[in-house]
Amino acid sequence: MATGTGTGTGTDAAPAARLLAELPPSPAVWCSGLRKRYGRRTAVDGVSLSVARGEVVGLLGPNGAGKTSVIKMLLGLVRPSAGEVLLLGRAARDPRARARVGYLPELFRYQPWLTAAEVLDLHVRLSGVAVTDADRRGSLALVGLADRAGDRVGGFSKGMQQRLGLAVALVARPELVVLDEPTSALDPLGRADVRDLLLSLKQRRVAVLLNSHLIGEVERVCDRVVVLDRGRVAASGTLAELLGRRELRLRLGGVAAAAERRLAAAGRLTRSGDAFTVELSDDAGDAGSTAVPDLVADLVGLGVRVHAVEPGRITLEERLLDILRAGNGGEQR
Amino acid sequence: MTATPTGAGAARTAGTIAALTLREAARRRVLLSLAALTVVLLALSAWGFSRIGSEFGGLTSGEARLAASTVLNLVMFGLSLIAALGTAFLAGPTLAGETESGIALAVLARPIRRSAVLLGKWLGLVAFGSGFVAVAGLAQLLVVLVTVGYWPPGPATGLALLAAQATVLLTLGVLLSTVVSPMASGVVAVGLFGATWVAGVVGSVGAALDNASLAQVGTVSRMLLPTDGLWRGAMNAFQDPTLLAQLGPEVGQSPFVSASPLTPVYLGWAALWVVLVLGLAGVVFQRRDL
Ligand SMILES: Nc1ncnc2c1ncn2[C@@H]1O[C@H](COP(=O)(O)OP(=O)(O)OP(=O)(O)O)[C@@H](O)[C@H]1O
Ligand SMILES: [Mg+2]
Repeated sequence: MATGTGTGTGTDAAPAARLLAELPPSPAVWCSGLRKRYGRRTAVDGVSLSVARGEVVGLLGPNGAGKTSVIKMLLGLVRPSAGEVLLLGRAARDPRARARVGYLPELFRYQPWLTAAEVLDLHVRLSGVAVTDADRRGSLALVGLADRAGDRVGGFSKGMQQRLGLAVALVARPELVVLDEPTSALDPLGRADVRDLLLSLKQRRVAVLLNSHLIGEVERVCDRVVVLDRGRVAASGTLAELLGRRELRLRLGGVAAAAERRLAAAGRLTRSGDAFTVELSDDAGDAGSTAVPDLVADLVGLGVRVHAVEPGRITLEERLLDILRAGNGGEQR
Repeated sequence: MTATPTGAGAARTAGTIAALTLREAARRRVLLSLAALTVVLLALSAWGFSRIGSEFGGLTSGEARLAASTVLNLVMFGLSLIAALGTAFLAGPTLAGETESGIALAVLARPIRRSAVLLGKWLGLVAFGSGFVAVAGLAQLLVVLVTVGYWPPGPATGLALLAAQATVLLTLGVLLSTVVSPMASGVVAVGLFGATWVAGVVGSVGAALDNASLAQVGTVSRMLLPTDGLWRGAMNAFQDPTLLAQLGPEVGQSPFVSASPLTPVYLGWAALWVVLVLGLAGVVFQRRDL
């Protein structure tokens, strides 16, 4: 963008430029108080979220929670009833904010009368970014469509169209990629491909906002998760924050008072019969920590018979169900 | 980076979308069915004109010219109807169809303004409609020249006005397709086109009968949707200028003879109408949730 006004002389422009370069980059996505009403129904009700540069954020929630509506408002496809959106540091009202944004819609359809390669050419031209022919073919190859580049999209299967959509989202060297259920039509192999693709984006510091119902997928690739429920943010945070600390489940025999004190010293203890659960502190839960073997050795030393030791962590799925059930319970009172 | 949606960027977007629209027209069935319809019409008219030529062989050349010039207008009306149907049914799917199917989602998420996309679609459709009118119309005029030896006084003006008529109708189609479904927009546009044509005929009958309120019908409808007015201007450019003198005052009653050429004021109104309707379509499209 030729916004530089060329008035600065070389001597004082350089430090200013350096200063600008050292500023922390604006987040890839920032929105505040997003609200959308469709007639009398409020689909999105005061959603604020942000995605930092290079961060992969999962957008979760039940059907009709407003995930797609939020995404469409971020991209200027739906007019928010209220709220503000910044994309890559620019107000989303300005189309230029989307210059480095790739998008795979939930409803993915591409001009059926064009070939796959022509669809990519069209999107490259519209994005205003220079992409070499090799790179275009590369992004088709990335989604496994290299040998179908010259075929009309009208003859593509649903999954092939979604793959093409992924290529379209990735072709113009985006700094932010927004994927609305990117694997809904994909075979298991395709899902694995998308997972690898997301990890490679993460490596290249491309920000990703991912909406998916496949929680395992989200859990594996996302740094942070935002849970929407009935148009509001029900929970958000890093996976560690959301899933809580690790815990240790033990089945023990012959536990005396001293052994119980030793267990309590390791973390908050709950007991039911011979089953003990210890919530480990953050560093004790780390893989490299010796806290668990130390505890087991001490217990054995105290004469405890150790039947089972099982490190555990609640899954994102369990946590999500908890969050959503709690939300619904609160509403039904 | 050149991704500026202002000025050059918007022009480039509009150009890209216009080219895309033309490619769509070429690859979809529209072009094929238009070509088939046109060939049928041209063949029928060639046969008809050759009959006129032989039937009127014994008559004065004036009568033959008169018949040829009237029939030419009749055939040109058929042609303009094909152009109108074709562009109206292309305009619908290209906007409403794309928003309905989801094709527009990925496109409009690019760093482009919706108004530029709409303008591009419109330009593509205008190029398509005008191209069709030019090629098919010229072919028709040549058929008439070969069969009965008649060449109209203002062929270029006539064809330009036919193209303008198609442009008016497809602009209406574009506006409609931003608010209703693709099929409905085509049907409504063609329906309105037919209605103003009928209203124009009613108006000219009224004028011939000196019935002011009946004449008013034609005038008002010609203002609301300028297709019929432009069509009358086109007819005037195609018909033999001696026709009016020969036919006398009852000329206004025929829907295929036009008494007077278009006024610049009316042309100006038609242009303003197109700009207003396209602007309105732009506003509606801009505000639309996809
Ligand atoms: N165009 C529309 N007109 C009216 N209501 C709409 C429209 N789009 C969405 N809604 C409503 O907004 C709410 C949120 O819809 P949205 O598509 O954002 O949900 P979602 O979280 O993406 O769900 P899913 O997981 O099923 O894709 C729903 O109640 C839906 O009925
Ligand atoms: Mg959705």
